[in-house]
Amino acid sequence: MSYASFESATRHSEGESIIAEDIATSGVQASEAVARYALALGDDALMLGQRLAHWISRAPELEEDIALGNIALDLIGHARFFLTYAGTAWGKTEDDLAYFRDEEEFRSVRLAEQENGDFGQTIARQLIFSYYQYELYTELMKSEDPTLAAIAAKALKEVEYHQDHATAWALRLGIGTEEANRRLQEGLYYMWPYIDELFYDFEPVAELPGVAVVPSTLRARFEERLHATIAEAQLQVPDVPQARGGDRSGVMSEHRGHILTELQVLARAHPGATW
Amino acid sequence: MTSTEKTPTLSPVADAPAAGASHEAEQAYFDALITEDSRVEPRDWMPEKYRKTLTRQVSQHAHSEIIGMQPEANWITRAPSLKRKAILMAKVQDEAGHGLYLYSAAETLGTPRHVLNEQLLEGRAKYSSIFNYPARTWADMGAIGWLVDGAAICNQVPLCRASYGPYGRAMVRICKEESFHQRQGWEILYELSHGTEAQKKMAQDAVNRFYGPALQMFGPPDADSPNSQQSMNWNIKRFSNDELRQRFVDMMVPQAEALGLTLPDPDIKWNEERGHYDYGPLDWDEFHSVIQGKGPCNVQRMQRRRAAHDEGAWVREAAAEYARKNAEQHAELMGA
Ligand SMILES: [Fe+2]
Ligand SMILES: [Fe+2]
Repeated sequence: MSYASFESATRHSEGESIIAEDIATSGVQASEAVARYALALGDDALMLGQRLAHWISRAPELEEDIALGNIALDLIGHARFFLTYAGTAWGKTEDDLAYFRDEEEFRSVRLAEQENGDFGQTIARQLIFSYYQYELYTELMKSEDPTLAAIAAKALKEVEYHQDHATAWALRLGIGTEEANRRLQEGLYYMWPYIDELFYDFEPVAELPGVAVVPSTLRARFEERLHATIAEAQLQVPDVPQARGGDRSGVMSEHRGHILTELQVLARAHPGATW
Repeated sequence: MTSTEKTPTLSPVADAPAAGASHEAEQAYFDALITEDSRVEPRDWMPEKYRKTLTRQVSQHAHSEIIGMQPEANWITRAPSLKRKAILMAKVQDEAGHGLYLYSAAETLGTPRHVLNEQLLEGRAKYSSIFNYPARTWADMGAIGWLVDGAAICNQVPLCRASYGPYGRAMVRICKEESFHQRQGWEILYELSHGTEAQKKMAQDAVNRFYGPALQMFGPPDADSPNSQQSMNWNIKRFSNDELRQRFVDMMVPQAEALGLTLPDPDIKWNEERGHYDYGPLDWDEFHSVIQGKGPCNVQRMQRRRAAHDEGAWVREAAAEYARKNAEQHAELMGA
């Protein structure tokens, strides 16, 4: 399948790489199982993108307004790909899925939903999540599903930057000053209980051999690389219990409802409207 | 060059005076650059007043870009579609980039960015009054893009030819992005004005609130703008406030018609004789009161900026300390 490029005022991607509109107009249709898989990945990106977007105009320096804004923008882009693709199975648009599903219908991991906290907490979340996504997309690029593979290839390039950004800040904060080290260490403690859920082999992964990445297979490499960075940044790998309920259902999350309240408020006030 | 005689217009400006040249020679060289409509560069001598005027103008412009992020950031998390959310994020991010280019341009005049930032945080520097108005509805994202970025373009296109090189070059980059900003604002309003009744109402309401303040972005009427003439003599400003305002009105009237929205001024009327649209008086009392700090969001905007600065202090400190430690280690390795 090829995704030809076309001119658009609002197009952010360049050249031949995939954009959400290409998926919508290409005529591909995801199977029910592929759609449920894509939905979960899209929800992760959407939740974290929404969280990070809050930093814009509030960051420690202008350069970070831009950097965190960039990362948030990439994640919203990834969400648009996955949700658009998922929607092809059900005759729904990305916005139907983002704005008109209820809390219990989302499949995001709780790590992506955690609060920004201070910059240290945000970087802790970025560090864990970008290392996880790096492993995920590296494998998903090899998917037998060409659309998932194309999305992963595009996303991976951006996630590499997210990972570099998080690593650079982990070193600056971890090694820079005692206060920064303490704050980042605290951030890691807050985020650590939600790591199990990233590697939970959620339904429908088992139904999609060769198509979906089996999350549990990513864990060893993820830990090896993340722990090395944590050590280099003169921080400790937290020794804390994992939070129960790591199954992407959201049943054990308080944050998801608040995120959706803000995300969906305007769209839901005008059902059927176009923007 | 020892006399203050102007260089003839058709010949290129002579070489810059050597270091240690007389004040007269430096002044003559500067005057010649201006007469030739050439560019003054950071290394060139310039009158203190020119330097001060530009530092004030460029840094105020930078502050406006940064404070201007806030009203639009107010709607990023609530944008009604993912595509609109992405576009708005890209736009607000651009504004941060504009702030950075402009602070860099201002720094070449000799005032470091952190000093300019202090001036803003301590309330000693101004920024564009328009950003002291609240962004209440989604339609405000359209009105801000269409009217506020639209006015900014009218103001800034002539600044691409400003006599100070770094400022003019920064404006060239910025103007390219501003036209994308105005277009996204237009698209938002177009969708709304062709949407449901509630959406149309939202669009008209936003235009009603932002039109007047957008017109005031060009500054007070020429008669009340005593410093404009000096800026024009220095080729910083190319058109007067009222000329730019007229140009903006002439541009917006047909665009409003195309949008199906009404500009909130009953006096707008084509004047055949002038070849321009006539327009009604603006509320300059309101303008001055907002500048004096009585705008609806003055305190809120400054509070947000100060909070971001204060809460980020430990982060900047850690980054600086990390860089220092790295440099130290590097020096040790090199010395070993
Ligand atoms: Fe701008
Ligand atoms: Fe702009």
